Amino acid sequence: MSGQTSQETNCNEVTSLDSVVVRFAGDSGDGMQLTGSQFSVATALEGSDLSTFPDFPAEIRAPVGTTFGVSAFQINFGSVEVSTAGDEPDVLVIMNPAALKVNLGNLRNGGMIILDEGAFSAKNLKKAGYESNPLEDDSLSHYDVKRMDITKMTVEAVKEYGLGNKDSLRCKNMWTLGLLLWMFGRKRQPIIDGLEQKFAKKPDIAQANIAALNAGHAFGETAEMSCNLRRYHIDKYKEEPGTYRTVNGNQSLSWGILAGSQLADLQLILGSYPITPASPLLHTLAGLKEFGVITFQAEDEIAAICGAIGASFAGCLGMTTSSGPGIALKTEAIGLAISTELPLIIVDIQRAGPSTGLPTKTEQSDLYQAVWGRNGDAPIVVLSVSNSTDGFEVGIEAVRIATKYMTPVMILSDGYIATASEPWKIPDFNDYEPFPVKFHKETEGFQPFLRDPETLARVWAKPGTPGLMHRIGGIEKDYNSGHISYDADNHQKMTDVRKAKIDNIANDMPLQEVSQGTEGGKLAVVGWGSTYGAIHQAVKRARKDGQDVSHVHLRHIWPLPRNLEDLLKSYDKVIVAEMNAGQLNTLLRSQYLLDTHLLSKVSGQPFKISEITEAIAENLGESA
Amino acid sequence: MNKLSEITKASPKDFETDQEVRWCPGCGDYAILKGVQMALANTGSKPENTVFVSGIGCSSRFPYYISTYGFHTIHGRAPGFATGIKLANPDLEVWLVTGDGDGLSIGGNHMLHVLRRNVNIQIMLFNNEIYGLTKGQYSPTSQPGLKTPSTPMGSVDAPLSPCVFALGAGARFVARGIDTSLKELPQTLARAKEHKGASFVEIFQNCIVYNDGVFDEFTTKKTAKDTQIHVKHGEKMLFGKDVPKGLHFNADKMILEVVTIGEDGITEDDILVHDETNRHMAFMLCELEAPDFPVVCGIIYCNPAESYEQSVHYQLEQAKQAKKADFNALLRSGRTWVVE
Repeated sequence: MSGQTSQETNCNEVTSLDSVVVRFAGDSGDGMQLTGSQFSVATALEGSDLSTFPDFPAEIRAPVGTTFGVSAFQINFGSVEVSTAGDEPDVLVIMNPAALKVNLGNLRNGGMIILDEGAFSAKNLKKAGYESNPLEDDSLSHYDVKRMDITKMTVEAVKEYGLGNKDSLRCKNMWTLGLLLWMFGRKRQPIIDGLEQKFAKKPDIAQANIAALNAGHAFGETAEMSCNLRRYHIDKYKEEPGTYRTVNGNQSLSWGILAGSQLADLQLILGSYPITPASPLLHTLAGLKEFGVITFQAEDEIAAICGAIGASFAGCLGMTTSSGPGIALKTEAIGLAISTELPLIIVDIQRAGPSTGLPTKTEQSDLYQAVWGRNGDAPIVVLSVSNSTDGFEVGIEAVRIATKYMTPVMILSDGYIATASEPWKIPDFNDYEPFPVKFHKETEGFQPFLRDPETLARVWAKPGTPGLMHRIGGIEKDYNSGHISYDADNHQKMTDVRKAKIDNIANDMPLQEVSQGTEGGKLAVVGWGSTYGAIHQAVKRARKDGQDVSHVHLRHIWPLPRNLEDLLKSYDKVIVAEMNAGQLNTLLRSQYLLDTHLLSKVSGQPFKISEITEAIAENLGESA
Repeated sequence: MNKLSEITKASPKDFETDQEVRWCPGCGDYAILKGVQMALANTGSKPENTVFVSGIGCSSRFPYYISTYGFHTIHGRAPGFATGIKLANPDLEVWLVTGDGDGLSIGGNHMLHVLRRNVNIQIMLFNNEIYGLTKGQYSPTSQPGLKTPSTPMGSVDAPLSPCVFALGAGARFVARGIDTSLKELPQTLARAKEHKGASFVEIFQNCIVYNDGVFDEFTTKKTAKDTQIHVKHGEKMLFGKDVPKGLHFNADKMILEVVTIGEDGITEDDILVHDETNRHMAFMLCELEAPDFPVVCGIIYCNPAESYEQSVHYQLEQAKQAKKADFNALLRSGRTWVVE
């Protein structure tokens, strides 16, 4: 909790905070994701800036009470700019012993633990692997522990609704939410409305949940009187005027790509196969049929991308979504889209690898795969998404490039921002300039690989157009006729032109800006993708302390921005911070012969601000 | 101009391209190409509205030799591309060309699903029981014991029957033809085109280089009449050049038998009538193999249902009628708040 302004001991005193990090943790079946997301809604409506981090296991329902079944949801909110879910929680909400075991290590020293002592039975302690009860020894002595029997009080609160024991216990999360809403002064009504809507067909369940919510809230009021708990106040964050909502990375990206297709005046056709953490894009777009979106859930990753390429061949905008292992399967088909020069949007929501890796944990380790991972010289455009809201702009940019240059574009996002939410100032779609696609119609002098001399894009002639019948495929094509060609010089020429086309896109991209700080100086921290928030905060703090450090964050991974080399060379030292073993680092070194320094993290967890801060201090120390 | 082109019906020649055909001299693919061009012309296909999609292999070079739109894709995956094309534009006439390796080995999974989904396309599977383009390895339809560069002591794999596979996958149109049967093949293909939904046509195709004569047992002119049977809906399944034979259903054993009319008191009344809408009968017919049985050609099964892309587009229309597409409204759906 930063910015504590009141240390009074008066029970009714409300403590003001700039920002606070709360982590809800419990069993997979305890409804922690719902609790967290509902708390986020109430917090957003109260005008705080916020950033969330749902952290859940791959198992849908792991055995109850086990450590590998623990699900957590972290939220950082405040009256100041918040751009990560926070390094360490200030408040840990614990629903069972396993959740305590898994999450205690992260809690700030002296932080608060709100726990359901009713769940600390001998059986549950054993399942979590506790030899002795942490509530009875001194293992929690460094923390401010608030014990309460949430289980018992919930059952009591919902008794009158006649639910079975199991359904009664499922209301525990709402009781807890009610308490937290009281603690941080968030309104209950939006949550109550939401519950009534969600359980419209089961009014008993709705009323029981509301009763639990109210009971948790009332408990807070009573406890305050006995000085057990206190309230905290967080001012509104001063944001630009406008209409806001919360959005996660998968949502903003789905909408961005659909927006792009609308601006391009093309029907969007998604070929996809379910995979964590990319499936929500399929779900979102499947629900937007009124926009003419077709979603094809294919038999596998390969058929999914092939369907998308077929759609592009036929004059629609083909799109495919997946994560690392699925992208690997699509690789050969991506090569065909490159060879036949068809527009295609490929979304890779990266997760920890290699192989199946850690499906629900985040990583940025598909950069090599995106930029270099194909047979043959097969260049494509690669863009990255930096935060939960950025997907909208990136999606539009991807469609613009894909259709203007007749090329596949790969978008890299990752498991962290895919599910993490942030407030978003909703743009007005009418402010975006349309870029309608013009299909080729002219029969005179037509051949399928006729190129625009400026963009080097080939013409897009769609089946159904009289006089433009043509055959394309993965075999090398003659530069002048588009027919199959095994000619040596022609292959050289076609390879060169495919490369030149992609390289040239750098001239149609914005120059790389310095996200924070100055052009030139002692140190730059370079990042891409979801590390934006952590780097941003670390650089902000370091600059506040007077340190000469800047933040450069890439959206365009390939081709690289045309001024990037000069920009990076204007610093004495460059750190590349990324959640892999050094992939962008290698890319930059290979392109610019620049002695960049790597800050790598591959633990399945996002960077902490402090980890970047330490790296900044270390590197400035050396160069000073 | 438009009027004129409507009156002028295309001829087979109109479907030829200026590309040099690169199959081996004597390859069965030449005859099939001719048969397809005839079928397209006979059924009034328009080159600009027709797309040929293929995977990889000898058969998959086909699109280069047909003057329609064409997409030569990657090994085994043509069904995915064809599905995308049909979803994008259901009005296009889409033909898929594949082989026993492309369609049943590397692409077996996709073949299964394009059939079960009932995408309205015509699938021609050229079965030559061998890998041609990679120089003669055994395929999933090769007979056990076949010696090839990858099976020097003979193949030990059990082979697959393409038509039985197709029926099992839920195909609603299954037919068979022979590469050189230029009388029947264009008619079979015309029916395949007429069928709304996925049409599966297995074409026995002789590979003159790596598996020459593999189908001679039932395709040579001399014996064809005794070894093939061309089934027609509603007609008795009779065959035989000199001796009138037919297929009889033995209900006790639930099997088909070859019987000779005039022997053991058998009359024409004992011969089974072909019902192309009967899936059980179709399975039995597809499973008949030479030399004990005649090989069944023609339309073995035809039982249409709504096609995949039709259903998909129907849902789109439903959704469009139920809800206006408003992008700003989409972005503002759910909970929002205003900062003054």
